[in-house]
Amino acid sequence: MPHPQTWLKPLLEGLYCEPGGFFIDPQRPVGRAVITHGHSDHARPGHVAALATAPTIAIMQARMGEGAPGTTQALRFGERIRLGSVTMWLEPAGHVLGSAQVCMEYEGSRAVVSGDYKRGADSTCEPFVAVPCDVFVTEATFALPVFQHPDPHAEIAKLLESIKLFPERTHVVGCYSLGKTQRLISLIRQAGWDAPIWLHGALLPMCKIYEDFGVRLGDLRPATVAAKAQLVGQIVLGPPSAIADRWARRLAEPVVCLASGWMRVRQRAKQGGVELPLVISDHADWRELLETLEEVGAPEVWVTHGREEALIHEAGLRGIKGRALRLVGYGDEGEE
Amino acid sequence: MIAFSNMLERLVFSPGRLAKIAILRHYFETQPDPERGIALAAITGELRFAQAKAGLIRDLASQRTDPVLFALSYDYVGDLAETVALMWPARATNQSPPLLSEVVETLATAAKGELPDIVSGWLDASGAAVRFALLKLITGGLRVGASARLAKTALAECRTGLVPDDIEEIWHGLAPPYAGLFAWIFDDGPRPDPLDAPVFRSPMLAQPIELTDLALIDAAAFRAEWKWDGIRVQLVSTAGGQALYSRGAEDISGGFPEILAAMGSPAVLDGELLVLRHGVVAPFSDLQQRLNRKSVSAKMQRDFPVHVRLYDILFDGAEDIRTLPFDERRKRLEAWYTHNRPHRMDLSETIPFTKLSELAELRLSARAASIEGLMLKRGDSPYVPGRPKGLWWKWKRDPLTIDAVLMYAQRGHGKRSSFYSDYTFGLWRGEELLPVGKAYSGFTDQELLMLDKWVRDHTTQRFGPVREVERGIVLEVAFDAAQLSTRHKSGVALRFPRISRIRLDKPPGEADQLDTLMALVEKMPTA
Repeated sequence: MPHPQTWLKPLLEGLYCEPGGFFIDPQRPVGRAVITHGHSDHARPGHVAALATAPTIAIMQARMGEGAPGTTQALRFGERIRLGSVTMWLEPAGHVLGSAQVCMEYEGSRAVVSGDYKRGADSTCEPFVAVPCDVFVTEATFALPVFQHPDPHAEIAKLLESIKLFPERTHVVGCYSLGKTQRLISLIRQAGWDAPIWLHGALLPMCKIYEDFGVRLGDLRPATVAAKAQLVGQIVLGPPSAIADRWARRLAEPVVCLASGWMRVRQRAKQGGVELPLVISDHADWRELLETLEEVGAPEVWVTHGREEALIHEAGLRGIKGRALRLVGYGDEGEE
Repeated sequence: MIAFSNMLERLVFSPGRLAKIAILRHYFETQPDPERGIALAAITGELRFAQAKAGLIRDLASQRTDPVLFALSYDYVGDLAETVALMWPARATNQSPPLLSEVVETLATAAKGELPDIVSGWLDASGAAVRFALLKLITGGLRVGASARLAKTALAECRTGLVPDDIEEIWHGLAPPYAGLFAWIFDDGPRPDPLDAPVFRSPMLAQPIELTDLALIDAAAFRAEWKWDGIRVQLVSTAGGQALYSRGAEDISGGFPEILAAMGSPAVLDGELLVLRHGVVAPFSDLQQRLNRKSVSAKMQRDFPVHVRLYDILFDGAEDIRTLPFDERRKRLEAWYTHNRPHRMDLSETIPFTKLSELAELRLSARAASIEGLMLKRGDSPYVPGRPKGLWWKWKRDPLTIDAVLMYAQRGHGKRSSFYSDYTFGLWRGEELLPVGKAYSGFTDQELLMLDKWVRDHTTQRFGPVREVERGIVLEVAFDAAQLSTRHKSGVALRFPRISRIRLDKPPGEADQLDTLMALVEKMPTA
């Protein structure tokens, strides 16, 4: 049985499955790519052919225009196909809509590339499935014991309490357009907030795709043209770059909030001028990363990007061999 | 401690004053006694107990965490208490998070050897926010994000008709957990009586005088004094004790034991705290060495000898004489001074004049670093807390100005968080620009819009929230004085710098040289 390191290789373009003839989330244009999810640090433009879930393909096409892959093939979760001499299939990663782990079998040895993932409940995408394997390739965005995401419902409760405390102000929440926005909306809806939620123009297209794939987000309205007075006491969502900048001047005394796993660390919140940090993340926290390593049971873990040092150290303590791939280009922090 | 830590978190991240008041008010209105009283003590800095050392936290962390993971985490977070609060591997427990009162009481009574077990028990029972507040509280590093004054303002808002000064005037006669105070404010209880405690009285403040005001002034009705560049203090001596307060009601007695020792017979006095050597007032930067200290060494007392220049008296013995006219109070002050002859104090000199033009001339000629300008006080004015109109005027000398080049801009806070509104400016030394100061006021809203846009369009580099800009805009900066400073690369520090004009007409190359500013630096005064 060949060790995965003989057939799955970190090249300049990205992780390459040699006997299958494809790259996973390559950073440069390639002939054949398998894409885990639609975030721009994983789905780059210019590939000749791409394989992914249907939502991921829809997201890529909406975002890339001319840079979209020449040909695409959509796979359902669990649907196995043969590429070269490799059997490949996708399993849910629980990160954003359509996000997938790439599972590969070659001559009896199995490797799983997680892409980005989380384990916490999220009604806007399918939950992570642990696949036993020989090598598990993981992210490590929040791989430090200080990152322990709290219950997201409690974070939303903070937001709603703040609206009660400051009814004359507008709460503007910074969130990335793909994934975080829709999860936030769904959490706010679960907390019983039926009022319209107002969106920066940059967030609308992805919400449309979620709706197209059957995720109900309720009454969403563009904040761009809305009158300032209408937004008093309301929730407005915008990309993190806009919430404390010129765009936000249209809002009534905005309370600047930011939904991100990084908000766990005070200095991060302070630097961004955030008045109400909300610790809500798309990524596995420290406990979820370790729990996942236990569940997949792989004797070896490879770390693509993030704080790999801590994760590899802890894996070692648990008898799991660690390897840092140091793939460049992933983990643009603006996207968490 | 859950409500307490939540409140602290919101206070720390909220830049706006009104927002902070709303947060405090909500806390005081919703929390029970004695929790809210102890929280008030924590906010106002009145909480006293033997603090645990940071070493205790390190020990706990090393017992519960892997050293490599701890080191990596600490390196990332940068703060010991925060690192431990965030990564603490809590053991399952059926305990609830401790109450603030329980924490404070336990810390006051527990033996040192018991602390590690007690603290780790609390940490196990709490979430990250409570753990953080707890660790900061017990190591004495709690940052509240609100001043004592703001807490009193929030409390005053909780009872109709109350103003912050009403609380200020009894505050120093109260002690945690302030049951009487809360009963007065929330339950219509009686006003707590400070008895003969040396409490603070809100000071009377002067208004800046404008040319239009000046024209209306009847010279015969006013008295004139120098305005000294020190800090305003209140000296209180009663049968119950003595205290020295800053203008903001902060008890600064501990930092100035020699002033306390010099206090005479019971009185409440108003004056200016100065560093004085051989009768000559030293620059403000000397006084700064003595500020914000809980205690002070003999060497500091020797090197920076402090002195109070008295200008008013509020209580003569136990008699409240604030309703008497200024001229009457001045006589009482002189009598008190003659009777006591206190060390380290003198009387603020009254400047005789018959016409305002004489004062105008004096003001122009006053260039000693320690003189900020003149004070004009109505002879018949009672001592009114706050800033009443038309009774006391401050007539500051004209500011100095330099033409400096905008070098860096930073975003402001609160309402200004989307604007680049804090400007660092510099002067030339040869080909090089050296930063000499920072200003964030003096411009109109229109000018702010223009500067903000200019900064965005001419950014050359970004460092986090700071943008470096092209050398393209000259700012005329006004300031009250220039003083030598070892803390600045340029070697000079400005007092109260503000933007007085935007000199779009002036090419940056023609802005002032650093030498021009150095020539304005005030040496030891000769007058």
